[in-house]
Amino acid sequence: MTTAETSREQKIAYPIHRAGRVFATKLASREAIVTCLLLLPAVLFLTGGFVFPLIKLFTLSLESEGGTLSAYREIIGSEVFRAVFVQTLILAVTVTVISVLLAYPAAYLLSRLKDGWLTLAIYCVLVPFWISVLVRTFSWMLLLERNGPVNSTLMWLGVTDQPLKLLFNDLAVHLGMIHVLLPYAVLPIYASLLKLDPRLLQASNGLGASGLQTFLRVTLPLTAAGVAAGATFVFLLSLGFYITPMLLGGFHNLTVAMLIDNFVNERLVWPLAAAASFILLFIILVILAVAARFLSIGQMLVTR
Amino acid sequence: MRDSAQGNPIFFNEVSKSFDTVQALLPTSLKVGPGEFLTLLGPSGSGKTTLLNIAAGYVSPDRGRVLLGNRDVTHLPPRHRNIGMVFQNYALFPHLNVFDNIAYGLKVRRIPEAEIRTRVRAVLAMVQLEGFEERRIQQLSGGQQQRVALARAMVIRPDLLLMDEPLSALDRQLRKHVQLEIRRIHNEHRRTTIYVTHDQEEALVMSDRIAVMSQGRIEQVGTPTELYREPKNVFVARFLGESNLLPVEIAERSGREISYRVEGESRIWSMQAHDGMPMRNDRALLLVRPEDLTPAPENEPGIEAGVEEAVYLGELTALKLELATGHSVWMRQMGLPPVREGEKMRIRWHPQNVRLLKDTGRAA
Repeated sequence: MTTAETSREQKIAYPIHRAGRVFATKLASREAIVTCLLLLPAVLFLTGGFVFPLIKLFTLSLESEGGTLSAYREIIGSEVFRAVFVQTLILAVTVTVISVLLAYPAAYLLSRLKDGWLTLAIYCVLVPFWISVLVRTFSWMLLLERNGPVNSTLMWLGVTDQPLKLLFNDLAVHLGMIHVLLPYAVLPIYASLLKLDPRLLQASNGLGASGLQTFLRVTLPLTAAGVAAGATFVFLLSLGFYITPMLLGGFHNLTVAMLIDNFVNERLVWPLAAAASFILLFIILVILAVAARFLSIGQMLVTR
Repeated sequence: MRDSAQGNPIFFNEVSKSFDTVQALLPTSLKVGPGEFLTLLGPSGSGKTTLLNIAAGYVSPDRGRVLLGNRDVTHLPPRHRNIGMVFQNYALFPHLNVFDNIAYGLKVRRIPEAEIRTRVRAVLAMVQLEGFEERRIQQLSGGQQQRVALARAMVIRPDLLLMDEPLSALDRQLRKHVQLEIRRIHNEHRRTTIYVTHDQEEALVMSDRIAVMSQGRIEQVGTPTELYREPKNVFVARFLGESNLLPVEIAERSGREISYRVEGESRIWSMQAHDGMPMRNDRALLLVRPEDLTPAPENEPGIEAGVEEAVYLGELTALKLELATGHSVWMRQMGLPPVREGEKMRIRWHPQNVRLLKDTGRAA
């Protein structure tokens, strides 16, 4: 039998099958075209508004007078600049830890509420979310200032004789940042608690576990993905935070974002600003990569 | 681990429960003996799951008391009851492997590691899943998950084993197999068991006794045979097995003898009286199981019927017959001579195998 004959026989033997396959391929390619078309605007926008400036910024960081990598060398070599990076990281970690610790009970409560109470509570979480960070930061300044309501209350209660210095220090920065970032931690944790199958908690109870045992052995591990997501959001956002630490912090509360601002607006050294941005970006990418591993493990745990 | 402990009896004393405005369970009393396998059988909304959840402690009754052994557990939370529960969709912990799922109840009881390992291995052998310790739950088939759930409930040596439609997610073939498996495990360990299902066949295969429930109350409790042969009312008769229900008139009742006439027929039949029999002027129904209908021999009394449908089921033949009144009945017999649709035949039943029931007009 020749090859031509074989192929002809196959054509005869499987006409329906072949037709189906061709149809399927056509469908698949159509789907691919539609997908591409839908993605196009976003891709164009991101290329023009993000990728291109990023490349520009990167070349800028290499255009120092002292040589290609001198801007990076200057930042990494400087004790002061290194300290600012470390301080920014420590601030981000503290804010993240406190935010998650505050967010979990709040999210837990949210997941227990029903109907009207739930709506009310959700709005309490979301409304601050919709108000400008600037406005919220200024509110904190008003609250914490020398003659502000916090100080007058403390004095009225007799806790202190004279107004405390509440503003322009670590306390104010932490308060402001946690306040702004808390919803980013609450919402993913709340979502993961909603996904939790209540029968698992019943099963745990039936098997003899106390409330605490159930929480530690079932609830917490099964909402770990939500905690990781919330923590990642808060951490990344606080790494790049600018307005709040600038308005509420003192001279020593310097963050990388403020450093970059200083390079651009005061010292007019664009390559340094660009290099600082890239170092921060690099740190964020490394942390994201690590977090992504944890997140994917977390998701593996919850999907059945 | 064939321990001699058999679990405790459980006693429900006039327990009732409402959810909002719905009375899920009317005041109900029921006793399940030590080592007994009792099935709560009923359609959805009959209150069977509510009663099970009251036994587990997930639902607190509005009124009445629950005694487990000689403990009053009415308001005791589930974790203090020492119960094993198998949930409808198993509720296995997705973040734990098979071993840790089964060991869960032992770990929270702070039982030593070594003992946990031997006990988990023993129950895994019991459900025939040896070597599955490290498997993730997601890697198991439905039937395997079901067995892990059973092992997790059994490993704590519960006073009471509760199962909430544990086979409803399995396909028919597997369900049959697992039914016998659960039966075997129960025979071996004799834990007091309450099993909830809406599948009458499952109930008949597995149970020592069945409580048929409907609309928040228990209609009848008894062994599978009792319920099948001596149903107390039309609901139970219809719910268990297939039934022909013919409207009859009670002609006479004298002592242990009762005579009746099938509507539209002239012949008077008589039978021994039994419990719960309708009174003379009640509307009554005659229950004849399909296997109790037979063709009437030549010179013996019978009822005229026309063959509407003939279905051959291998060794059995099922005939749908139409009576003079227009009522249809099913006959199911072995070794019937071949009949054609449209043929006429005379049928009868053995007076000992039928029941007279009150026609309450309640829909099944």
